[in-house]
Amino acid sequence: MNYTVLIGGAAGQGMDTLSELLTKSLKRYGFFVFKHSDYMSRVRGGHNFIQIRFSDKPVYTYEENIDIIFALNKETIDLHKGRLKEDGIILADKEVSEENNILALDLEDTAKNAGNSRAMTSVGMGSIIKMLGLKSDKALKVMEDTLKESILDVNMNAFSKGYEMVEKRFNLDSMNDGRILIDGNTAVAMGAAAAGCRYYCGYPMTPSTTVLSNMEKWSHGLGIFTEQVEDEVAALNMALGASYAGVRAMTGSSGGGIALMSEALSLAGIIETPVVIINVQRPGPATGLPTRTEQADLRFVMHSGHGEFPRMVISLRNVEDAFYQTTRAFNLAEKYQIPVILLSDQYLADGATTTVPFDFKKVKIERFLHEEKLPEGRYKRYELTESGVSPRIIPGKFEDKVVLVDSDEHDEYGNITESAQVRKDMVDKRNKKGALLESEIQEPWLIGVESPENLIVCWGSVYGPVKEAIELLVEEEISIGALVYGDIYPFPIKLLQEKSKSAKRIIDIENNSTAQLDGLMRQFALIKSDIKILKYDGRAFSIDEVYRRLKEVIE
Amino acid sequence: MTCEYDLYDPSWCPGCGNYMIIKALKQALEELEIPSHMAVIVTGIGQAAKMPHYIAANGFNGLHGRALPPAIGIKLSNKDLTVIAESGDGDTYGEGGNHFIHTIRRNINIAHFVHDNQIYGLTKGQGSPTTAMGQVTTLQYDGVKVEPVKPLALSLTMGAGFVARGFSGDIPQLVELMKEAILYSGYAHLDIFQPCVVWNKVNTFQWYKDRVYKLPEDYDYTDFNAAYKKAMEFGDKIPTGILFKVEKETYEDRFEFIKNGPPLVDAELNPMDAEKLLNDFY
Ligand SMILES: Cc1ncc(C[n+]2csc(CCOP(=O)(O)OP(=O)(O)O)c2C)c(N)n1
Ligand code: SF4
Ligand SMILES: [Mg+2]
Repeated sequence: MNYTVLIGGAAGQGMDTLSELLTKSLKRYGFFVFKHSDYMSRVRGGHNFIQIRFSDKPVYTYEENIDIIFALNKETIDLHKGRLKEDGIILADKEVSEENNILALDLEDTAKNAGNSRAMTSVGMGSIIKMLGLKSDKALKVMEDTLKESILDVNMNAFSKGYEMVEKRFNLDSMNDGRILIDGNTAVAMGAAAAGCRYYCGYPMTPSTTVLSNMEKWSHGLGIFTEQVEDEVAALNMALGASYAGVRAMTGSSGGGIALMSEALSLAGIIETPVVIINVQRPGPATGLPTRTEQADLRFVMHSGHGEFPRMVISLRNVEDAFYQTTRAFNLAEKYQIPVILLSDQYLADGATTTVPFDFKKVKIERFLHEEKLPEGRYKRYELTESGVSPRIIPGKFEDKVVLVDSDEHDEYGNITESAQVRKDMVDKRNKKGALLESEIQEPWLIGVESPENLIVCWGSVYGPVKEAIELLVEEEISIGALVYGDIYPFPIKLLQEKSKSAKRIIDIENNSTAQLDGLMRQFALIKSDIKILKYDGRAFSIDEVYRRLKEVIE
Repeated sequence: MTCEYDLYDPSWCPGCGNYMIIKALKQALEELEIPSHMAVIVTGIGQAAKMPHYIAANGFNGLHGRALPPAIGIKLSNKDLTVIAESGDGDTYGEGGNHFIHTIRRNINIAHFVHDNQIYGLTKGQGSPTTAMGQVTTLQYDGVKVEPVKPLALSLTMGAGFVARGFSGDIPQLVELMKEAILYSGYAHLDIFQPCVVWNKVNTFQWYKDRVYKLPEDYDYTDFNAAYKKAMEFGDKIPTGILFKVEKETYEDRFEFIKNGPPLVDAELNPMDAEKLLNDFY
């Protein structure tokens, strides 16, 4: 089984709450759910829609074909009715439309009867649950858990009226639940909280803002200092101050904000102060498409910041990956005293997915702080060592030692210097850490067949649609598989070298226009892709699109 | 007795006002008996910003214009540290102007010493935000064409609870002002006249000496209107001392877990503490 419900309307019509309630209910009925939102950058009006796909098997992305459309305005019907499956149905208020194949219901009046015309979405929800053939209990419980006391009765009443109003159309049974429903940004924030982040500051910028708002929500309960600061320049400089003082610190933004952080990123490099930064990508350049998705900042975060210094870039592939990689990022940042950049995107950030609850017992906090006695004399924050990593202490914790960090080139004590020899030693020291990082990087995930003739390469959130499309193609006995990069800089080359040998063609699938991953492959592995499937219209790939475009090139 | 804070000899030009300021700072920290490992000097970039290199305290010599953000990060992470942000007039009122405004709004418990030489020293004599209108500089050949910032009036009207001015030519007063600023619970703004003997031939040691006068004993520093008048006084006579000082709740005290808990840096980190967050997602 595999169903999609689309809810469409103008901003401000209550679609958010409806989709949240419906998605959560479907999860509670035991289904695997994926919620995908398509929003315009406006608070009222426009055309927005949310697609909720659910199945008895794990789902990773959205599909083009729809079973039920719940239309809050006529535009929704006009735009999406072409995607309706043969036995699909459109649900709308009778004022909206009375065309064929549309179940025009008395939604608004029913809601008024239930106590408030704004409860129209709850009437709709009742009808949807009934049409799917599900009992009303779990959905009502979700309403109870979610809605404010003051509006609960009206909405439950409206739900029941909606439920009574229609006939069963599908025959679904509930299954076992036990999973969580979470989006990418929340998973990142939860990862940070689990990793012991105690300082998170940022400046609102779609689609990164909910990382900040989640941290803010959890701040008092967990003792995490969180602040909306004056700008992104302040954000990263503050995080570095906090980290210098010994606290695990993180900041984040989307491309424009990350651009403002680039000088401080370079500072993190030279003062060798650990920090974790998340870039939730949206299409650029400049303001671009604020509420939409793209994977175009890979090169940017690899090179952002002047001068040469080691850093690590990890792209996030799904919500589970987002959680665990965030926790790992904190350890890596402290182990090598470097900035670690996480790359997410709007599609992953906002897409809610069911997943196995994160295992907090698996999370390790490794701080790599020097706690033993130090030699007599001044403390050398930048002591030259074999590995390039110097023993790091926290100010105020050693009675006779002070800690000096400096954005100027400095000697081992942290004091400003212009000595040619010291300069060279310090550059070598920092570069050694970069070389060491290569021992940490994880090879990409291999999905599909073991040694595919058709080798896909992709990174980050494209994982979802690629995975499902490959499953369909493997069923058709096509030799296809994919390397899905998480760690992406330093760039892992082993598996690529191995799998490219037996591959007939390498197909690069990316959500950008310049095939940035292909560039990395050429640069670091001397391997290039043969075919590129690129998408840069601001939307994420659907399974159907990946499947179709792969079929075209595989023949 | 040797000063615990003594380190290298600075590389400033002979006669630079910064020598007096660092002398006063060391004395102030000594007299307050703050152990050197519990003090942090946070600076941006400029001549003034080299302070951490010449004083045996913890130091964070960050980016031009960005002394305040790391100072805030440090103080919130470890409230037991004495945090002093220190930088030039260009660094503070120009490149870092936005942080200056918003740090005042927060009222975080740090002391902020601005070495105000009314010029860009390190980059060789360009006009700074406090350079006088009309003054000829190495860049503004035919004179500065914008009004100078009035730093004390700015911090005062933004709501700072401690606003003061010192002069590097009066070390005893400067030491007292620094001590007061450090002891003040909240954000303390101390603008310090610091002659740059090389690049500012207008605002010389003598120029300041001829103009500064100490606020009288009976001056009421809790009177905002009086303070505003004094903050605007910048001509033949320029007042020094504490212009304004009132008690205000600090930023960190608005966070219960910071106010009543141990410093954040001492928190035991355990991933299991966050596991309860999952409950909302079932
Ligand atoms: C982003 C950035 N812009 C410009 C500079 C160059 N710069 C260094 S110090 C300085 C001005 C210093 O003036 P001020 O802050 O008044 O300090 P002073 O040297 O007078 O003590 C400038 C423009 C820099 N280091 N970084
Ligand atoms: S240039 Fe001016 S501010 Fe810089 S050290 Fe020389 S006198 Fe002092
Ligand atoms: Mg200056």
